[in-house]
Amino acid sequence: MSATAATTLLRPDARRGRAYARHYWAFAVPAATVVLLVILFPWIFTVFMSLHDWKVTGATPFVGLANYAKMLQDERFLWAIVRTVWFTIGTVVAPMLLGVWAAVCFASNFRLRGLARTLFVLPMMATPVAIALVWTMMFHPQLGVLNYLLTSVGLPPSSWVYDSSTVIPTLVMVETWQWTPLVMLIVLGGIASLPLEPYEAAILDGASAWQMFRHITLPLVWPFIMVAAVIRLIDALKTFDTIYVITLGGPGTSSETLNILLYQTAFAYYDLGYGSAIVVVFFLLILLISLLLLRVRQREAWR
Amino acid sequence: MNRHRLRRWLGRTGLYASVILLVSPAVLFFLWMLSLSLKNELDNTAYPPVFIPHPPTLANFVDVFEKNDFLTYTINSVIVSFSATGLALLLGVPAGYGIAKAKATKAAALILVARVTPGLSYLIPLFLMFQWLGMIGTLTPLVITHLVITVPIVVWIMIGFFEGLPGELEEAALVDGATIWQAFLHVAMPLARPGIMVAMILSFIFSWNNFIFGVVLAGRTTRTLPVAVYNVLTFEQISWGPLAAAALVVTAPVLLLTLLMQKEIVAGLTAGGVKGG
Repeated sequence: MSATAATTLLRPDARRGRAYARHYWAFAVPAATVVLLVILFPWIFTVFMSLHDWKVTGATPFVGLANYAKMLQDERFLWAIVRTVWFTIGTVVAPMLLGVWAAVCFASNFRLRGLARTLFVLPMMATPVAIALVWTMMFHPQLGVLNYLLTSVGLPPSSWVYDSSTVIPTLVMVETWQWTPLVMLIVLGGIASLPLEPYEAAILDGASAWQMFRHITLPLVWPFIMVAAVIRLIDALKTFDTIYVITLGGPGTSSETLNILLYQTAFAYYDLGYGSAIVVVFFLLILLISLLLLRVRQREAWR
Repeated sequence: MNRHRLRRWLGRTGLYASVILLVSPAVLFFLWMLSLSLKNELDNTAYPPVFIPHPPTLANFVDVFEKNDFLTYTINSVIVSFSATGLALLLGVPAGYGIAKAKATKAAALILVARVTPGLSYLIPLFLMFQWLGMIGTLTPLVITHLVITVPIVVWIMIGFFEGLPGELEEAALVDGATIWQAFLHVAMPLARPGIMVAMILSFIFSWNNFIFGVVLAGRTTRTLPVAVYNVLTFEQISWGPLAAAALVVTAPVLLLTLLMQKEIVAGLTAGGVKGG
């Protein structure tokens, strides 16, 4: 590494190469323009709207922070936060555990590994709406295949998404089914990049598979596990399609997370001002977590 | 020696059992989806459920295209996803190159933030903007909003790829008097072709799968497939065969692409940790 750095310093044209660095900005200008128009403009405009009493039609008087104050007293909003936290914990922890387990399995050699891995990855590539509809049919309390399977092995039938006490665990199950592969792929990428020497030494010392996992794989792959966890955290907070299609926040409001409440407020009740205020709070939350992701990621990318 | 062999055997058995346990929920789900779509209504609502369609029927698929006008929606989806992916490549590949070369950490951070922001949070202002511009009911707003998903994916993957390329070849070109644009076009781009492929596939898939933008912005004739399939549910509550067939039609292209391009997709996802929406 230092040898190449030294030769670069010695080469006369190295400085010329560095002078180009400024011009590389030009490459990003078209994309930056689009990002500004389609991404940054909406952000700024959302903050602006959140300070107004903004319905789709009629006047839009300035109300200051009233929308934000309303949030603090809005029980539906506060409950949505509680549900989002509960749902998020479930949809981060379960895929993380299963995903790491799967990554360890797929890292070892066995017959048909490629095929097995492709099949395992299919759920996360499939169209979420299509998947959610099939789950809905499987959850049907009388005719659904899941209750048939439960009762045929002697278990009591579940009410799945049709009862407020089981709806969130059921949705967590669907999301786990769909997003465990993403965790697996990230962690598998980590395992693939590990050096072989520690394992060879451990095998010579007669270590068991569990000991090797616990004392070699886990500590070395930990940065990848952290990246996967933060990505899963962000995606879990953003979950929309699955909940919208399967329950639309129901029964009642018992599966109404922040994202669903946001949709209802803005596009069912057309209360755009209040909806924008929720977006701002939601966005700040995600931004905070993204910074966390960037810190974790930066350590490997821009050392 | 014997104990060692026993342990090995146990390890192998445990591994195969784990793999079967991990893979079977996915396999059984898709098999059940296929089964639902190939059965008539009588078998689909039978209890105990009929597992293997006997005889299998394609009537549900015919139904989907005849009664629900899925041909129009398929064309809409194709137009939107291809346009959004093409535009994203045009904008995102050079941008990824520029950011990687200039080591512009801040620009990369902005792209990352764009990628993690919930799609729903762009929709309120964009919805109003398209309404003012009188564009609701055309495909243009859909293509533009899909850029929100596709551009960050492409830029993010390309940054990773261009960072991994050795810079010596381009430097040599620059020394020989090429402009940086020529160095990019004739040296870096051909080397990054696998990366561009990955970016294209993933951006297409996530655009194809997107539901939320269509739900808000699409009119009756401009629905994309995910929105269309959702509407099959709302209007025909319990007709499971057509619903499963419609769901299969929507997701089949993506599943096929995954099966055919699994190496590229896995590479891209491992590098980027990308998810759309």
